[in-house]
Amino acid sequence: MNMAKEFAVPFHWRRFRERYQLIGSRCDHCKKSFYPIRVICPYCRRSGHMKDIKFSGVGKVYSYTIIRAPPEGFKEYVPYIIAIIELEEGTRILSQVVDCDPNDVKIGMKVKSCFRRIRSENDTGLVLYGFKFKPHN
Amino acid sequence: MMKFNQLRPAREVAVIGIGLTKFGEHWSMGLKELAVEAGIKAVEDAGITGNELQLVVGGNMSGGLFAGQEHGAGLLADYLGLNPVPAIRTEGACSSGGLAVRVGYLAVASGMYDFVAVGGVEKMTDVYGPQATTALSGAMDYETEAYFGATFPGIYALIAKRHMHDFGTTRRQLSLIAVKNHANALHNPFAQYRNKITAEDVEKSALVADPLRLLDCSPLTDGAATIILVPAEIAKKYTDTPIYIKASAQASDTLSLFARRNITTLDATVHAAREAYRQARIASNKINLAEVHDCFTIAEICAYEDLGFTQKGKGGKMIEEGETEIGGRIPVNTSGGLKAKGHPVGATGVAQIAELIMQLRGEAGKRQVKNAEIGLAHNVGGSGATVTVHILSNKK
Amino acid sequence: MKVGIVGYGAYIPQWRIKSMDIAKIWGSDPERLKSLLEEKSVPGQDEDAATMAVEASKRALAVAHIDPLMIGAVYVGSESHPYIIKPTASIVAEAIGATPEMTAADLEFACKAGTAGIQICMGLVESGRIKYGLAIGSDTAQGRPGDELEYTAAAGAGAYIIGKENILAEIEETYSFTTDTPDFWRREGEDFPRHGGRFTGEPAYFKHVISATNGLLKKTGRTVNDFDYFIFHQPNAKFPLTAAKRLGIPQEKVMRGLLVSQIGNTYSAATLIGLARVLDVAKPGDRILVTSFGSGAGSDSFSITVTKRIIKARKGENAVDEMIKTKRYLGYAEYVKFRRKLKGVNS
Repeated sequence: MNMAKEFAVPFHWRRFRERYQLIGSRCDHCKKSFYPIRVICPYCRRSGHMKDIKFSGVGKVYSYTIIRAPPEGFKEYVPYIIAIIELEEGTRILSQVVDCDPNDVKIGMKVKSCFRRIRSENDTGLVLYGFKFKPHN
Repeated sequence: MMKFNQLRPAREVAVIGIGLTKFGEHWSMGLKELAVEAGIKAVEDAGITGNELQLVVGGNMSGGLFAGQEHGAGLLADYLGLNPVPAIRTEGACSSGGLAVRVGYLAVASGMYDFVAVGGVEKMTDVYGPQATTALSGAMDYETEAYFGATFPGIYALIAKRHMHDFGTTRRQLSLIAVKNHANALHNPFAQYRNKITAEDVEKSALVADPLRLLDCSPLTDGAATIILVPAEIAKKYTDTPIYIKASAQASDTLSLFARRNITTLDATVHAAREAYRQARIASNKINLAEVHDCFTIAEICAYEDLGFTQKGKGGKMIEEGETEIGGRIPVNTSGGLKAKGHPVGATGVAQIAELIMQLRGEAGKRQVKNAEIGLAHNVGGSGATVTVHILSNKK
Repeated sequence: MKVGIVGYGAYIPQWRIKSMDIAKIWGSDPERLKSLLEEKSVPGQDEDAATMAVEASKRALAVAHIDPLMIGAVYVGSESHPYIIKPTASIVAEAIGATPEMTAADLEFACKAGTAGIQICMGLVESGRIKYGLAIGSDTAQGRPGDELEYTAAAGAGAYIIGKENILAEIEETYSFTTDTPDFWRREGEDFPRHGGRFTGEPAYFKHVISATNGLLKKTGRTVNDFDYFIFHQPNAKFPLTAAKRLGIPQEKVMRGLLVSQIGNTYSAATLIGLARVLDVAKPGDRILVTSFGSGAGSDSFSITVTKRIIKARKGENAVDEMIKTKRYLGYAEYVKFRRKLKGVNS
């Protein structure tokens, strides 16, 4: 019984590429990188020039928590680790850390991105995919 | 670096009346009944008929997801019996109330309106737990935070974990915030929770998102609060105790937590506070009491630091040494805060002002701060993307 | 015209359940089952045939060292595609950055859908229609609770990039043997498959594996002595060893490619992961014979010769063994929750 809110297809479809491949934006002007993809640079605005950047997926844990009270659609995963990951390009991003015991996650831990199922939009809707992170030696 | 404009208001603004519902689970009342109760109380407190009102501003985060009701503006003027008076709904997640105060203040300060009712209302108990969590997750960046399974307590837990890592803030220090706020609420007849709790109670309560436990988190609450604003120059016609808005400030930051410069500091609080102190022409040490945004215990610790009451990283020490208790150096959340008073999201920012007003009028009973002259209200939207800071005084 | 493997990759999820722990629940004799297999792999709750296919494909791309935009075709063979209608192949293609100038489709032929994909890619590459093709076998096989297949139904993926240039293992020849033999099937709308019991042995597995292998040997004019490694489809530990014996193949040549005791039957991925484990250690000049089996029924047999390029391409990584070793155990209750065999779960 999944009571999660469902959107029409385009809402998720337009983000497939950046969520599947971990793609963000880099401003040619100030050289900063951002996730998610932005239309204009938050620093340079129209003086900037945004280009897609595919992140390597390597990073480290900047902060983390363990979700015990889940939102709709995530109950079967409890307890799961949510973390802010600092990618090696300097950009920070939020995601889950998986294949890791919740007792073992630490600030500073090295991680690498992997492709996983995020959740199902109930029994008849889309299967939503995206990046998560696993411990990386 | 943001430059703040040096504009001054065209005229000063005062509050002449306040009204609050009790905060809690109101099974028999919906948005309409809650808003009207607070509105009537405020008008009666101000000693006006209501015909004087020229504008209604109402804060409400999510009438849509909680009650199927958008168009809060349409609801307010109608059910308050004020048609055709104009109405505006403001939304900034948990800062929706603070934004309503901002808009009402600007309306009077600009010279356009002389009588403005500013309120906030939220009805949160007509949905089941998981649906409430989903509705509140709209305060985050939905596509990049909620999408991956983060919850709102989870976002603040990320702040707490990093704050503990960077500054050695302890589990016990977080607990003491909740303990203090519950102790204060014992003396607040409007509060949702009027029970004493101990630090052990907090530390034994169920984990929500490590390290935050159930008693670190503000509750789901129904409630409404209203204040009546007029130009300062006419306030004394209506009340012997007008309270003056000495500063109304606001700043913005990234929607998502992960994109912040540093997640342990709410830059928007720092900027808004700085601007508020500039407008009021005071330094932070002149504040006698503050109502700050303790949606989670860690948020109050960060607020001590970001509002300039103490240095960055020393917020935990401040609560530990009792500096923010009633009778301390700077009492914080004498109302019980969001934690014990309750957090009907859209109403909170206005309710904070109402508490300051009760204090500045000397009407706060057992929770009264002696010789209170200048108070500060701090209201935060989401994990800090929108912050409003207001400074009030009983002196002109 | 040379055609062969340009890149290869496998993926095995980290979770395992011991057959002993399944046996306890159903009152079966754990010692008897231990001889069939020790433990099997279990997919994480956030893993499915698409996610594992992506992970295996990314490894194959790393080995191949090619631009994903050069891939002209993607085929994903599975019995556990996430959707009945909506291809897994397009999800994989998007995730690896191969879209949009390419073709794609999903395949089903029980456990041989992955090798069928390799044959399709061979055809497209040899004819010059595409430069590189990606064939994947990926499954999160579902075992009926209490059924003997619950002990072996496991999860994994294998991905192979086929091309003409920079080949690390040449596919010299392929031969297939196909009949309509319903030894194992699942009707639309059903959660779990059914099978023909003992019928799955002689008329199904053995007939097709042995016929295909003999057919390949005849077509290439070779004998079993010409090969260094053999990989057979592995629904359990017994069947492939019995087939090897009947074909006159010494057991030690089968062991490297036999993983079922440690990870179970990964269905469409089984022969592909077995082959990957062999390629992780094979030397230039080694000859490999692979025969898959898919219920329904059919076998695809391949004669493969390893080239010099393999040394540099695999970068000294013993990747499959690493994944076999990386494991965490689940009890039966957690396993049932992970595999969503519970009804009415509050999500």
